[in-house]
Amino acid sequence: MTNFSEKKDELTELIKELSEINAVSGQEDSAFTLVKNYLDNYCQDISSDNLNNLIAKKSALSEDESNPKIMLAAHLDEIGLMVKSIDDKGFIKFATIGGVDPRTLPAQEVIIQGKEEVAGIIGAMPPHLLSKKERNKAHKLEDLYIDTGRKPENLQDIVQIGDPVTIKRELTSLQNEFVSGKALDDRAGVLMMLITARELAKIKHEAEVYFVATSQEEIGVKGSQTATYNIFPDIGIAIDVCHGLMPGVDKGDAAKMADGPAVSFGPHVHPDLFNLITETADNYNIPYQKSPTTTPYGTDAASIQITKSGVATALISIPLRYMHTSVEMISLDDVKAGGQLLARVIAEIDKDFLEGLQCY
Amino acid sequence: MLELLEKFTAGFGPAGEEMIITELIKDEITGYCDEIKTDKLGNLIAYKKGKGNKKIMLAAHMDEIGIMITHIDEEGFLRFTPIGGVNPRILRHQKMVFADGTLGTIGVEKLDDIKDLKLEKLFLDIGQDSKDKVEKQISIGDTAVYQKNYYHTGDRIIANSLDDRAGCALLAGLLQEIKEPAHDLYFVFTSQEEVGTRGATTAAFGISPDLALAVDVTDTGDTPEARTMDVKLGAGAAIKIMDRGSISHPGIRKTLEELAQKNDISYQHEVLEFGATDARAIQLSKEGVPSGTLSIPCRYIHSPAEMIDVNDYKSCAQLLERFVTSELLDEI
Amino acid sequence: MLLEKLSNAQAVAGREKEVRDIIIEAIKDNVDDFRTDVTGNLIASKGKEKSGAKVMLAAHMDEVGLMISEINGQGLLKFKPVGGFDKRVLVSKEVVIGQDKIPGIIGAKAIHLQKKAARKKPISYDNLYIDIGAKSDKEAEKLVSPGDMATFPTKYNQIADNIVTGKAFDDRVGCAILAELTAEDFSFPVEFVFTVQEEVGLRGARQAAYAINPDIAIVIEGTTAADVPENEEHRYSTTLGEGPALTIRDRSIVVNKKLLQELINTAEKNNIPYQFRRTTAGGNDAGVINISREGIPAAVISLPCRYIHSPVSLLNLTDYQNLKSLLTNFLIDSQGKEF
Repeated sequence: MTNFSEKKDELTELIKELSEINAVSGQEDSAFTLVKNYLDNYCQDISSDNLNNLIAKKSALSEDESNPKIMLAAHLDEIGLMVKSIDDKGFIKFATIGGVDPRTLPAQEVIIQGKEEVAGIIGAMPPHLLSKKERNKAHKLEDLYIDTGRKPENLQDIVQIGDPVTIKRELTSLQNEFVSGKALDDRAGVLMMLITARELAKIKHEAEVYFVATSQEEIGVKGSQTATYNIFPDIGIAIDVCHGLMPGVDKGDAAKMADGPAVSFGPHVHPDLFNLITETADNYNIPYQKSPTTTPYGTDAASIQITKSGVATALISIPLRYMHTSVEMISLDDVKAGGQLLARVIAEIDKDFLEGLQCY
Repeated sequence: MLELLEKFTAGFGPAGEEMIITELIKDEITGYCDEIKTDKLGNLIAYKKGKGNKKIMLAAHMDEIGIMITHIDEEGFLRFTPIGGVNPRILRHQKMVFADGTLGTIGVEKLDDIKDLKLEKLFLDIGQDSKDKVEKQISIGDTAVYQKNYYHTGDRIIANSLDDRAGCALLAGLLQEIKEPAHDLYFVFTSQEEVGTRGATTAAFGISPDLALAVDVTDTGDTPEARTMDVKLGAGAAIKIMDRGSISHPGIRKTLEELAQKNDISYQHEVLEFGATDARAIQLSKEGVPSGTLSIPCRYIHSPAEMIDVNDYKSCAQLLERFVTSELLDEI
Repeated sequence: MLLEKLSNAQAVAGREKEVRDIIIEAIKDNVDDFRTDVTGNLIASKGKEKSGAKVMLAAHMDEVGLMISEINGQGLLKFKPVGGFDKRVLVSKEVVIGQDKIPGIIGAKAIHLQKKAARKKPISYDNLYIDIGAKSDKEAEKLVSPGDMATFPTKYNQIADNIVTGKAFDDRVGCAILAELTAEDFSFPVEFVFTVQEEVGLRGARQAAYAINPDIAIVIEGTTAADVPENEEHRYSTTLGEGPALTIRDRSIVVNKKLLQELINTAEKNNIPYQFRRTTAGGNDAGVINISREGIPAAVISLPCRYIHSPVSLLNLTDYQNLKSLLTNFLIDSQGKEF
């Protein structure tokens, strides 16, 4: 078991660990030990299921069938690439796992998760050799390849078709509380979930809480579907990232950076939950932003809400710039605030609140 | 096995209209299983008891792509809508056949630019010159598929609907041969895969399997200027790692690899950048089911002249048989 | 008239309250009990204790609408569609926003101020605004907030013999027919389900079907009648005045054949005009009900409506009566049998 505190350097260390571990959709188990180490402090029961969801259960104070059952979901998987073909010179062609923009790939260092880790470069032709026309066209996925510098016979037993590939990126601390790295979508969400667990340990709560690091969100919010079916909570709160304001992005499509986590509302969010979250934030002076959206698609909230006979759902997001690049950027303050907020929200949920959920 | 394949490709069965192919398959498998039934979505489910206590679901889809008639004009030409992924560019000038054997050719309105070739510009000509005459044979709602054809030439089979009658024939063949399954086997000939893996969804819910293997065709990368992909005809049974529908469960994938190696069955790895199989639906059933796909390499999928390699096909049959009789399944 | 009340009410996905309340008022004395589930579906039961196949009837309460996404700096409101819209129908329309029904307009740059080339292209969402007459963001914020839903204040109107216009006929016609049907008694259990969020991905019916687990389901929808001059006959889909449209298949479902045949038989036996829905575009609640659990035989009966998913649609009341008649007779004739 490892523990952590709220101090900036410890949180930074933790987000660094979470960001740098390589766990592409389908390979989430590589990050299990890391996440388990922290959740072990707060949860009695940690297991994984058939789809690589990591499910940690924290029992309520008293065992009672009618205790509210709350599930938090932050996805553990990251987007990445997959080896699809190795040519006779040893150059590796790849497919994408999740929404990868091919334009973010040229001139990147990558790590192939083969039998051992193999370093490579997604090559970019120098400008001297390119025509003006070529330089004005974005790279197509089909034309990109990984150069490991090795001959095919040296790759043979180490790298094979299907091996995942991630961008080699270490976390960078920028000014203020901003950090940048790969996979902050949704490792920042996982961090928020860990902070919630930690904060919750200090408060009394009626509810039984499930902390779920979901799998395969990036390729179709799959893990959350089966995890929710399994647990079938009364309330499901998805923790993900949303777009952060930057030039060229409309206010209506993004949230401000470092202005508190974004609390989503729209058809996918139960109005009582939205009100509870915002009122709780107001009461405890926790910064947050209201984030209206027309659709839950793109987060675990989409599958949670429609499971079985329905789950009251909410979505809280960390504003993030440069989503799905390897230099995603978030504010640790937003993550901290979200964790504190969720813990307070969970503590407010009792049997009466549950009853009200069916009243429209 | 090839006789079954020839028989099955001849069976009429567009997605949602699988009655005829269902009977055809049923005829071949009755007597070889402990229980046989069809469910509310038209899935054909054959159960065979095994030694162990796991439930293994095998899935191959019975349905093929096709068209449904939506309009008959005064001059006897028919308009239609797609069933599954039919490509207008492939449909043009093909022969289409109805369940009752009525045959027609697909024609196209005049086009200023080939890029304008869309489904709405196509029509079906069954050789009648008035609405009244057509209505004696065909009604709105009737469905048609590519004219049936089957050729065995050298090591290759060229036929319609190898997607996924090839999978169905493997399953039926296995059912006829298998003596000692390691666990309880559910051979599911699914319906409506081509319109959204619907049959597999309800079948999996009903069975609640412990693990599942879909058997379907996959694309190859071995034709001129093909999209890069490592699967080739003649290089063996393809073990699917990922497509756009699912990432195969690593345990199932490794088991297939191990069995292929141990039994000297030629195999290859498959990463497909589009498409899905029934595994997509089964994997997400209830609390989740470890699922994978055994793929039959196939060129020209969704055309009337799909092509597979006979040796690949045999390797798939062998690997499938090893899979369902293997003790390795206990560890997944 | 119930259809009029329902059509005039505002209910965009997730905010179905106004319509839900009208329905409850209309049905509460006809049904044994009713409840709302955690997503907001309204489920009313009749004859739970009776034997025979359990029938689920469904219509969706939500309509397509707009969501205010931001207040843009001049007191003007930017918005996003909730559900499928052809954005070309939005310009030069009135809207009402939120529970307080704040009036607004979606204007367009005057024709005089537009370059000729620009007039050939539809105006994008980026250039469409709702103007409520606020002089500043601050003033606007007092009246509306991002997240508020807006719809059109179109009033239901009879414009000719049996012809009515109004908004949201998709699917207030279904809601009205089912609500009126609760007055009948059947010899088997019936669940009347008024679903939410159909227009944003069929996100209500799924949960209701799972909870109810019916033996058969019938969805009543308002569907496209494209029998208009700009269209070729083979693309009409349905034709106004030719009766309720039976779906054979659409994007979401292949209708159970036995069920479909029974509906056809009922129509013919009772001399009720009917037609087939002759396109397969579009999906609806039936699709997700059909693949619930181990599969539920389901059918769709639709009312032909011209111009659905726009501020004003048009339908023929004779079609409405015939649909109601078809459904009622089918239920009575079927006597709770299984399919």
